Amino acid sequence: MSAAKPRIRIPEKAKVGEIIEIKTLVQHVMETGNRKTADGKVVPRNIINAITASFNGVEFFKADIQPGISANPYLAFFMKVPGAGEFEFTWLDDAGVKITQKMPLAIG
Amino acid sequence: MTRRMEFEVLGRRTFLIGAGSSLVVATLLANLPALAQEPVRSIDEALKKVLGDATASESGITLEVPEIAENGNTVPFTLAVDSPMSEASYVKTLHIFATGNPQVGVASYHFTPASGKAAVSSRMRLARTQDVIAVAALSDGKFLLGKRNVKVTIGGCGG
Repeated sequence: MSAAKPRIRIPEKAKVGEIIEIKTLVQHVMETGNRKTADGKVVPRNIINAITASFNGVEFFKADIQPGISANPYLAFFMKVPGAGEFEFTWLDDAGVKITQKMPLAIG
Repeated sequence: MTRRMEFEVLGRRTFLIGAGSSLVVATLLANLPALAQEPVRSIDEALKKVLGDATASESGITLEVPEIAENGNTVPFTLAVDSPMSEASYVKTLHIFATGNPQVGVASYHFTPASGKAAVSSRMRLARTQDVIAVAALSDGKFLLGKRNVKVTIGGCGG
């Protein structure tokens, strides 16, 4: 699975102390490991098993994910804005593929 | 699948007793993390792992799921706990379990006071009609639990 570019939605600007919602979506097959091909072979599990979110180098949210999460995982969560800075989001799958996306946040 | 893996590990251990080879020890140790990640198949076992000997209070946790899901492959859900999210009192983790799936664990979300709000939205797979259970682990060591039934018309998880 090649690394797809995730889609992330955050407010363009925020105020210090404001709680903002962060919406993320990444393309991924999320193969459960329960499925078999027509000739009876188990399709090996390959899911995004962890998603992390940091702001200015401090991790504020982490998700441990299991095969029960749908394909192309959507995830929305929150952050209390400490000031201007940069987000870093990561997605890690069972095959070791790591997707990293950085995004700035302006105060205003 | 599970059973086959257990046999394999047991087989190695038996062989280890017989052989006493350091190479085999290394192989066995290398396999231990995989054993620890064995999928949890029962909700009782999953809850025991999270709660230990504690009991959860069945209130204070919001679990939004559709009453009827037409497509079990993608069932939207929202989990939330009303918490000050301060250093003194915050939600550490929100867990969600699908009691009728082949593996009951769906996801665990970890928060810090910097999260501002203990809430997440995502989409899950539901193999059939079942109860969905959410558990919140609070910073004071207490637990909250919420349960909702979802009727599934077409099951997810790809059989």
